[in-house]
Amino acid sequence: MIEVKNITKTYNTGGEPFEAVKGVSFSVADGEFIAIMGPSGSGKSTLMHILGALDSPTSGSYFLDNKDVSTLSDDQLADIRRDKIGFVFQSFNLLPRTTVIRNVSLPLVYDGVPDKERIIRAEEALFASGLDRIYFSHLSNQLSGGQIQRVAIARALVNNPSLILADEPTGNLDSKTGEIVLNTFQKLNKELGRTIILITHEQEIAEHADRIITIRDGVITSDSKSHKKR
Amino acid sequence: MKIKDILKETFLALSSNKIRSGLTMLGIIIGIGSVIALTAIGTGAQNSISASIESIGSNLIIVMPGAQRSFGGPSGGRGVALTLTVPDADAIASQVSGVSAVVREVSSRKQVTATGTNTNTNIVGTEPSYLTVRNVSIDEGSFISANDVSSGSKVAILGPTTRDDLFGVGAENVVGQKIRISGSEYTVIGITVSKGGSGFSNVDDVVYIPYTTAGRYLSGNRYLSEIDVSAQDSSVSSQVQADVTTLLLSRHNITDPTKADFNTLNQADIIATASSVTSTFTGLLAAVAGISLLVGGIGIMNMMLTTVTERTREIGLRKAIGAKRKDINRQFLIEAVALTFIGGIIGVLLGVGIALAISSLGILQAVVSVSSIALAFGVSAVIGIVFGYYPAQRASKLNPIDALRYE
Repeated sequence: MIEVKNITKTYNTGGEPFEAVKGVSFSVADGEFIAIMGPSGSGKSTLMHILGALDSPTSGSYFLDNKDVSTLSDDQLADIRRDKIGFVFQSFNLLPRTTVIRNVSLPLVYDGVPDKERIIRAEEALFASGLDRIYFSHLSNQLSGGQIQRVAIARALVNNPSLILADEPTGNLDSKTGEIVLNTFQKLNKELGRTIILITHEQEIAEHADRIITIRDGVITSDSKSHKKR
Repeated sequence: MKIKDILKETFLALSSNKIRSGLTMLGIIIGIGSVIALTAIGTGAQNSISASIESIGSNLIIVMPGAQRSFGGPSGGRGVALTLTVPDADAIASQVSGVSAVVREVSSRKQVTATGTNTNTNIVGTEPSYLTVRNVSIDEGSFISANDVSSGSKVAILGPTTRDDLFGVGAENVVGQKIRISGSEYTVIGITVSKGGSGFSNVDDVVYIPYTTAGRYLSGNRYLSEIDVSAQDSSVSSQVQADVTTLLLSRHNITDPTKADFNTLNQADIIATASSVTSTFTGLLAAVAGISLLVGGIGIMNMMLTTVTERTREIGLRKAIGAKRKDINRQFLIEAVALTFIGGIIGVLLGVGIALAISSLGILQAVVSVSSIALAFGVSAVIGIVFGYYPAQRASKLNPIDALRYE
């Protein structure tokens, strides 16, 4: 359960203050699959950073599982990211020259999960993301783009997060592979009940979600059900 | 994050770029290795100098006459005054505690002749305890006996150099031959074992005769040219030196110690002076080696800064998935410490290896001390922490958002 209330974010770099997000409010129920859509410069990345507990809002409040995240310290934010959020990035960000299993279990390392359990949970996450078992012990640089993004999805799943944040997850993939990745998200949402927020600038990709929030110049311009591209 | 995981990360990080890790480590290896090897060589040199000083006797305090003092007349120079007597020596033996032996000596330089050859050498008139006090051993024959001293017999013991000069190099059957010193004939009864040394301080170029004989036939008086006092052990030698000084001052009726008519020389002082010189030298060597260690440390910092820059995105990712500042800080700090620590171990092995090689080549008996190894390990760990601190701090302070975007 996510509740965002009147969030603003102002940057003070380069003299004149710049307000990237100007009072955004919305809520997301558990098990929803929503897309936040907007062109570049719309403030969607800033909003994503706040939702992902990577940054704190200048004003307003952000409740994640009934806990106000907007006022936490750096270390407390790190705990929130570790326990409640899974990230999928456009540029994958896997550890280079490192096995798939190790990449996926990395969040568990920071959670102090015992070795054996790490492997089991990593394998479960990899099955859920649909990567074939034969690739589990491959090194990250031996995989194709689609496979890499599945590994990244598995990594986002492994800590059992309340929220999966996918920032342009298909941006570096061809449309066919992108489609497979988006279907994976839909499957995770439908079958495992995962709450997913997909950040994108493309209408076509946003249509894969159940609900689309459009943002422009730091304010929400529309919030509606999608036309269901399933 | 558990220590085991940090170590695993460190291993993976260092092994993923083996050449760079190896070269960085090389700086530390050379630094630590040279510190260990050079201090081992320095300590070895110190020991060999101490040993050669100790070879002149054990816990020795030498009492020599002072300058001859006559009012207005020319000074005869130190060591020539006639102030030390046999009763002085007897008093030292009976009244000073902590003394294990007292040796009376009457020495002078004289011409010595054998059949057809002659040499000018040091004639030391002494007594049986000279052997133990001055660490002299008999190679063949015997040394002066108590009987020789009491009867003032004309017997002589030759140092190996004197034997060579008078009877030919390595001559045999010298015992029993006759030599002449200042017109009197002496029977050779023994040859001493060579103690080494050469040039001006050749302790093997000597003839020993009983001090009573020397007093009667060579100096013509009852004064001693030197009293050797051997302390029971090194801890009491300073006390013995002080007591001997006090005793002789009172026996000679001198109240002002600065006007003493004798000088005492403590072997422990000579060793202390010599070892302070060599330890200064060892310190200097270690300091030079320490500079290379410092350069190695800077190499570590350089590599760590490069690593942090290269791995900016990785740091961003780790933060995004829940790594705290201290996790990142620790990871990079331990990486730096691991480099210096492994480098330190190899460096210690290298240093010990060099020391062993030098010892086995017979150049010098290098001594690797446990403390220098412990110090080297400590220093390498400290270098890792000091030079790893800044890069680790830099890594831990990276903003995850910027780090993830870093190209």
